[in-house]
Amino acid sequence: MKRKNKRLSLISAGMLALAGAVALILMAFEGNIVFFYSPTEIVQKQPRSEQRLRLGGLVEAGSVVRSNGSPVVTFNVTDLTTSVSISFKGILPDLFKEGQGIVAQGNYRDGRFFAEEVLAKHDEKYMPKEIAEALKKSGKWKGDAKSR
Amino acid sequence: MIVEIGHFALVMALCISAIQATLPLFGANTNNRAWMALGSPAALLQLLLLAIAFAALTHAFVTSDFSVNLVANNSHTLKPMLYKVSGVWGNHEGSMLMWVLILAIYGAAVAIWGNNLRPTLKARVLGIQGLLGFGFLLFIIFTSNPFERLIPAPINGQDLNPLLQDPGLAFHPPLLYLGYVGFSTTFSFAVAALLEGRVDPAWARWVRPWTLAAWGFLTGGIALGSWWAYYELGWGGWWFWDPVENASFMPWLAGTALLHSAIVLEKRDSLKSWTIFLAIIAFALSMLGTFLVRSGVITSVHAFASDPTRGVFILGLLVVSVGSAFALFAWRGPVLRGSGVFHPISREGGLLMNNFLLSVAAASVLLGTLYPLFLDVLDLGKVSVGAPYFNSVFVPLMTPLILIMGIGPLLNWKRGDAIIALQNLKIAAAIASIGAVTIWFVIDKATVLAAFGIGLALWLLISTLTELANRIQLFRIPFFDTWRRIRHQPRSSWGMTLAHAGLALAIAGMTASSAWRVEAIQTMKPGDSVIISGFNFTLRNVQNIKGPNYLASRGVFDVRRKQSFNITLEAEKRIYAVSRQPTTEAGIYSTFLGDLYAVIGDPDAKGGFITRLYFNPLVSWMWVGTFLMVLGAGISLSDRRHRVGASAGRKVPGGVTA
Repeated sequence: MKRKNKRLSLISAGMLALAGAVALILMAFEGNIVFFYSPTEIVQKQPRSEQRLRLGGLVEAGSVVRSNGSPVVTFNVTDLTTSVSISFKGILPDLFKEGQGIVAQGNYRDGRFFAEEVLAKHDEKYMPKEIAEALKKSGKWKGDAKSR
Repeated sequence: MIVEIGHFALVMALCISAIQATLPLFGANTNNRAWMALGSPAALLQLLLLAIAFAALTHAFVTSDFSVNLVANNSHTLKPMLYKVSGVWGNHEGSMLMWVLILAIYGAAVAIWGNNLRPTLKARVLGIQGLLGFGFLLFIIFTSNPFERLIPAPINGQDLNPLLQDPGLAFHPPLLYLGYVGFSTTFSFAVAALLEGRVDPAWARWVRPWTLAAWGFLTGGIALGSWWAYYELGWGGWWFWDPVENASFMPWLAGTALLHSAIVLEKRDSLKSWTIFLAIIAFALSMLGTFLVRSGVITSVHAFASDPTRGVFILGLLVVSVGSAFALFAWRGPVLRGSGVFHPISREGGLLMNNFLLSVAAASVLLGTLYPLFLDVLDLGKVSVGAPYFNSVFVPLMTPLILIMGIGPLLNWKRGDAIIALQNLKIAAAIASIGAVTIWFVIDKATVLAAFGIGLALWLLISTLTELANRIQLFRIPFFDTWRRIRHQPRSSWGMTLAHAGLALAIAGMTASSAWRVEAIQTMKPGDSVIISGFNFTLRNVQNIKGPNYLASRGVFDVRRKQSFNITLEAEKRIYAVSRQPTTEAGIYSTFLGDLYAVIGDPDAKGGFITRLYFNPLVSWMWVGTFLMVLGAGISLSDRRHRVGASAGRKVPGGVTA
């Protein structure tokens, strides 16, 4: 092969590889994106039960029920307009507290959220942005008051 | 008084960095030797001043001087000494001070060990380093001053976030920053070379040790952070594809690519503009990492307190420094033409593929990390991109990378023979496929992917050892000669062998611990037993204990397997007295084949406790593997050819420099 042809074939091989990589990334994106819902949105939109999603809000005071003899915990999250019941099997994260913001990941079936994962912030001063906005949307935001 | 001295030193450092950022650069342009020579003393003075500032802040923490706002917010008299010291960087202001201190350390290192650099290049490198320091010092003094006073001083402090009170995390930030900031040096070298319009193998030879050092620290820092997440978060996992983790992983990918492309530039005078591009990107990603962690724009499992105005400032610094570097690259890049040509099947070809795959991997992590941010800004909804995305991108990208990692080192420079290389690797291929198939049949929970992962690890390990055996002519020449060859191997070759073998171990550990982890979540009362993977976990009792600044309930587990194996695990749930914040301390026992891991949770009304028990196979292989990678970087760094005072310029065949 002449040098020019060689370079041409190299460049086209590179382009092909790049196209493959882009296709790979796009395919991986499809279906692996998890949407965030506030309690009000999840009740309004009623997402399909097989869709993985995130639900965030404040843990309703007095709603945490630990069942005896089984590691399942249920609690409600609320945006102060609507509240949704979450059930979770496992150990809640260290920062989980009533009245604090959390984000749960899992599925929504028959009006109840089944969480595989519950995330709470490492910093108690901080409220996840999604939750703050969910609260703003429901008109219950009380300004940037810090807990300390 | 000492606090004021620290504050004053910080402001002086800003002034010195302004001098370092201007005069040497002008001097290099006008060929004014006196101005150029100012770079070194300025860099050393800046290090001295920042060391004073850092020492002053450390003193305030150690003596619990609560008239300093930062100390009052992040420390407490009852805190153990180690965490009083690590509290210095366990917060935003202090960690940024550490960032500039490390920047100054690297600047001073260039000043001290850069005596064989061309005077103009050295002046320019130090000048760029000074510019970066100036930007970050402005940032600290105007938005995050660590020396701010609090009047009246409180009696006691609010304590450091208990999750950070841990030996792993005490040393995680310094290592990570040594890595992040280490890429500032390669960035400065790249920009200086663009200013000079000259990039040659000698330049690559100067840049490689800095890349190696930064890469080694970053690898260590990431591993330490991952280890911390493993035992402190109590989720049994070690990597969550969390934005903050991705922030450190992206520069690592780019840095790994840079490490390899610099070899091609040094040995073959090729891939010039690509190497420069990577040097800029690696630092850009480091700064992006700082921005993501510090600004809180992304909701992350472990994003710490953050403040948007600071984020904007860092973003500004990022845009200005990287933007102007790229502008310079666009202007000067086209004149950088390499002289080395090579056939696609050659060592260079292999390294080029490595670079391509690593860059795509870095781009895919970047996309996955920033995509939620884009959608949010455009108001298209709130999403998160998690582990499934990254796993489905990484497996197909890393597979060819690891296959090539086995072959590449056996190919010749310029033009290699794939047939010969593959003949050499017959044994590796055989062992890898037999290993994968055996696992597929023997372990009943084996998925195709897991068996494949173990096969890849075997392939990489055996082919790395084959390459070593070829180099030392094992069994082909008398043993005495082999021994002599072993002793005369350059250290950088040992470094490569160790790092590649380390990656093989790490892959085996990652695959096994993700695929064959056994988990049991249940409520246990003292005396109850659970059997997982043949291990009998019995909750002996739950004690209440008192630590220096926390109370804890400690679950004691007896773990038995047959008669011979009998150990005790202690898992704690702590509540820190000041912040009232609980933390989880997993009880872990590591064996060669896997980790026994126990976590204790909240009690129920009937005296039971939620427990989470795991058998995590081969986790320790991951830590050993990453340790080997860091060790490889260290040994490679000690190579005589990288050492101080080694003659810089080797005669390059047809040494055309742009």
